[in-house]
Amino acid sequence: MTQRRQNRPPHSPSPRAADRGRVRFDRPEFGRLLGGLAAQGYQVIGPTVRDGALVYASVTSPDELPVGWTDEQTGGSYCLKRRNDAALFGYTLGPQAWKPYLHPPTVRLWRARAGHRELDRLPEPAADPPKYAFLGVRACELQAIAIQDKVFLGGDFVDPWYRRRREGVFLVAVHCGQAGGTCFCASLNTGPKATFGFDLALTEVIEAGRHYFVAESGTDRGAAVLRDLSTQPATPAELAAADRIVADAAAHMGRELDTRGLKELLTRNYEHPRWDDVAGRCLTCANCTMVCPTCFCTTVEEVTDLTGEHAQRWRKWDSCFTTEFSFIHGGSVRASPRSRYRQWLTHKLATWYDQFGTAGCVGCGRCIAWCPVGIDLTEEVRAIRRSDGVTLAQQLTA
Amino acid sequence: MRTDLDPRGAEATALDPMAVASYAVRRLKGETDDTFTLELQPVDGAARFSFAPGQFNMLYVFGVGEIPISISSDPLKPKTLWHTTREVGTVTRAMRQLKPGAVLGVRGPFGTHWPVDECEAKDVVIVAGGIGLAPLRPALYRILAQRDRYGRVVLLYGARTPADILYRSELERWRARFDLEVYATVDRAMSGWRGNVGVVTGLIGRAPFDALNTVALVCGPEVMMRFTVQELQRRGVRAQAIHLSMERNMKCAVGFCGHCQFGPWFVCKDGPVFRLDRLREWLGKWEV
Ligand SMILES: Cc1cc2nc3c(=O)[nH]c(=O)nc-3n(C[C@H](O)[C@H](O)[C@H](O)COP(=O)(O)OP(=O)(O)OC[C@H]3O[C@@H](n4cnc5c(N)ncnc54)[C@H](O)[C@@H]3O)c2cc1C
Ligand code: SF4
Ligand code: SF4
Ligand code: FES
Repeated sequence: MTQRRQNRPPHSPSPRAADRGRVRFDRPEFGRLLGGLAAQGYQVIGPTVRDGALVYASVTSPDELPVGWTDEQTGGSYCLKRRNDAALFGYTLGPQAWKPYLHPPTVRLWRARAGHRELDRLPEPAADPPKYAFLGVRACELQAIAIQDKVFLGGDFVDPWYRRRREGVFLVAVHCGQAGGTCFCASLNTGPKATFGFDLALTEVIEAGRHYFVAESGTDRGAAVLRDLSTQPATPAELAAADRIVADAAAHMGRELDTRGLKELLTRNYEHPRWDDVAGRCLTCANCTMVCPTCFCTTVEEVTDLTGEHAQRWRKWDSCFTTEFSFIHGGSVRASPRSRYRQWLTHKLATWYDQFGTAGCVGCGRCIAWCPVGIDLTEEVRAIRRSDGVTLAQQLTA
Repeated sequence: MRTDLDPRGAEATALDPMAVASYAVRRLKGETDDTFTLELQPVDGAARFSFAPGQFNMLYVFGVGEIPISISSDPLKPKTLWHTTREVGTVTRAMRQLKPGAVLGVRGPFGTHWPVDECEAKDVVIVAGGIGLAPLRPALYRILAQRDRYGRVVLLYGARTPADILYRSELERWRARFDLEVYATVDRAMSGWRGNVGVVTGLIGRAPFDALNTVALVCGPEVMMRFTVQELQRRGVRAQAIHLSMERNMKCAVGFCGHCQFGPWFVCKDGPVFRLDRLREWLGKWEV
């Protein structure tokens, strides 16, 4: 087996810089934060309201943020609602994490022209991807980025497309002030408080007629951005208010996942009848893998023009829920929906530990909310745990 | 217009793992009805292609697609590259149509290799089924090149019919050697076949090797490997001494696309060659 390097990718923010203190800035100052990032050449991507959902898109002013909006999520449903305040980050999560920006759904790998003596590989336009600042990154999303870093940067091979986008991204985390109905980051220790990997971390506080942010920097460049804002040292009361908000979110997780011995539980129940049960409900539509911030799988497609002289190689997101995914001559390895759901769940919660040292799930709940039939992985695991070790034969004779 | 194309596979791959190097077809040799061997040479004739027995390349046919194919040539002759392929679908069909001079894209070599060094001072049993002989041939070349370092060397080969036997003349030559035992068997015999009939696992029981001091290298269809492993263990070969080459769908060969997963393993980088004791808990399961 090849050795895998477990060290941090070289570009991840350095451990805490000198500026450890938490400061406060008021809501009117928020525009300056956006302006400051833009002035440094960052294209700021943040939450916006589009087509009834929260979508991460380019933002240039705080008005474009989801002011006064919140979201409600439960199994198979997601909707936006009005809040009775003007919070900028008063929601939980949108359907898509930052994955489309770092690991785009389609990438042209290269193109070539049929040559006489050789394959004429044409250079890709050298344009660098934009320098992004992600605004409003949730704790679970930071963990998801760290997980994809291991996939694309942490092994023997480095993915140049991911690296070019990932390098230099400025990350503004916003701790969650409310947990969604499908959230369970607290079970996986991935949230709701961002603890690593950010340049800046904010808590939004709306209390007693005041609207302000408690901010801390995680890197030198984060501290520099903060220095350009008009900030005050946070008072003990303000810090307490900020901490209360995050603690409250932690106490109100909509879902829960018991992670004790999870990998072993799923591995020894590989033939559990629950897999048949869930396969009866699963449409194998692949929604869960598309919205999941950690799923990384892709396929490669060949596109040729009419003359047949030019070919392009495109990499596209793929999903282990399709039959073609595991196709080898003679048929698919995972022909049954049962085996495909099992691949998904056991990859997330068991084999990912072997491959990358963590779970492949960060507890964001997207796969629950965006499953058309509301399949809930925490419920599937609970069902298996309840009847740990049962086989189909035993169940039939019971 | 030639650009970032670098025929020295390994280095280019480290920079851009999806970059292909141009190789020209020198020869296409028909082997059996549905198999053929491509002899490839880097367009930049100076380059050498270093690889270890059991590794594979991703071969790209212009305008059609890219597939994993094992290297079947002699690792000690790195100037030409052989790939023996069975025609089963779109890309392999297009590959068979290639004429001498045609250009292919090559990425590689990828994956783990047969533990040829570990075989030293031991008996070596090579069990191959069908096209599974192709990735084992480089191991045989390596072993035969330093034959005195090994104990008994036994090749057990199973094919569907006598007409499907791969590398037939080479097998005849090997069979004539005193230092290599070759046993072939076919599922279905035809008139004129005087050899064994039956599955290759049937040969294991009587093959001459010292089970306690043997390394086994196995490649073939997954079902054949499961039975082979059972037979080898029944003879007393330890799991740690049995190595298999697994096959899964592959789109990238470098651990990014996820297609080749087999339980916790990425067959492209943790394999394709695995030691049995690492796989055992998964090999017995279906639809993994
Ligand atoms: C590590 C490794 C080494 C291999 N070595 C050899 C070899 O030396 N000789 C040989 O003849 N074959 C080998 N194969 C199998 C070979 O890759 C497939 O036969 C080939 O991909 C079929 O492609 P196709 O387009 O002709 O078939 P189609 O059936 O048209 O395939 C469609 C797609 O499915 C995928 N696919 C289909 N079958 C397989 C398969 N068996 N394995 C992986 N992906 C598949 C490919 O991505 C292909 O593009 C090897 C496979 C692996 C994983
Ligand atoms: S769950 Fe499926 S789609 Fe997601 S990373 Fe794992 S194999 Fe890929
Ligand atoms: S598996 Fe579901 S809950 Fe876990 S990270 Fe993916 S989308 Fe979120
Ligand atoms: S072939 Fe892509 S991960 Fe193994």
